[in-house]
Amino acid sequence: MEDNNVQVTNFPDGRPQRVQPRWRQDFPIDLEADEYGARRDFTKFMVLTSLAFACGQLWIALLSTFRGRSPREQRIAAVDDVQVGQAVGFHFPTQRDPCLLIRQSENEFLAYSSLCTHLMCPVRPELEQGRLHCPCHEGYFDLGTGRPIAGPPRRPLPRIQLRIDRGIVYATGVEERAS
Amino acid sequence: MPVPADQYFFIDPNRCIGCESCVQACSECDTHKGHSMIHLEYANRRESPQTLPVVCMHCDSPTCAEVCPADAIKRTEDGVVQTARKPRCIACNNCVLACPFGVPKMNVRQELMMKCDMCYDRTSEGKRPMCATVCPSQALFFGTREEIERLRPRSRPINEFQFGFQTIHTKVRMMVPRETVATHIDVAEVLCHPDEGSDQEDAMLAAALCELPIVART
Repeated sequence: MEDNNVQVTNFPDGRPQRVQPRWRQDFPIDLEADEYGARRDFTKFMVLTSLAFACGQLWIALLSTFRGRSPREQRIAAVDDVQVGQAVGFHFPTQRDPCLLIRQSENEFLAYSSLCTHLMCPVRPELEQGRLHCPCHEGYFDLGTGRPIAGPPRRPLPRIQLRIDRGIVYATGVEERAS
Repeated sequence: MPVPADQYFFIDPNRCIGCESCVQACSECDTHKGHSMIHLEYANRRESPQTLPVVCMHCDSPTCAEVCPADAIKRTEDGVVQTARKPRCIACNNCVLACPFGVPKMNVRQELMMKCDMCYDRTSEGKRPMCATVCPSQALFFGTREEIERLRPRSRPINEFQFGFQTIHTKVRMMVPRETVATHIDVAEVLCHPDEGSDQEDAMLAAALCELPIVART
């Protein structure tokens, strides 16, 4: 009885490998010699991955063409409708972006996006203390600048640029600030 | 990690009591989804209740792999013929028809051939195959040569089979009586020339095809 672990696979006719037909080398039975499939799988992987990357690039390009546009000007409220020390909610630039318009003094208006920069809870104005309060995780923003002063938020609230024309307050753009 | 070279698989059909423990143990394994890879065959069901467990013999020249058109059956360096690789198997049934031992079986629902791979996930880590761990009569035995010599003083293992002109050496050993002079099991001989002592014609064998195709004459 010979060795238990026979290394090489024998051929049905018992003759050595050099006299075997070529296709037996292309389709080996030994697991280690079977590189054909591995090469094919690798090629498949490379092609599909590059394709995924290309599709991702196209998607990003498409998004950025639509994203770069400045939003249309929007009427928020009349100056007379907002009392001093009062805040009014509105949506700008789209219906899904809630914002706050705050009248600090007779002719000083401030507007911020009311989504907290931590986890997008709506912030509530606390005008007596001069701050905006996010109740979800006790975050506080400075009313004058929109910068975070306490709690988890790290980035300031996006500021809405305003224009006052003949007693009407218009929102003209969003000022994104990094920190 | 290969299967340890001093561990052999011995089948002793004489000892099989047909309890189906091996079938149950095999089907409990997750690597083949509740299907048993071991077949419990009846030697001659009309005459006797004798059963014999059929596991893959792991030939040195696996006919199932030779006939596979999809290149799905591979043999590791330690001589274990693996089951069909799932992404490649095309459920063509070639291996099922070609295997002289009748080991591969087609899972029609999954469109996949699954066969015994000597529990490669276990044996390659030094454990014993499932069936050999549960067999109560040790008809399926996995261990060293010394162990089997000690346990079966009246038997000896052989692993050479003759199919027509093709000689096959298997990794799994069959136990035969020690006194026999046989060095190999000639399957066609057994089929077509039954013992002279019994003059009764065997109805099963009379219908069998007794001329195997010639693979090659050297």
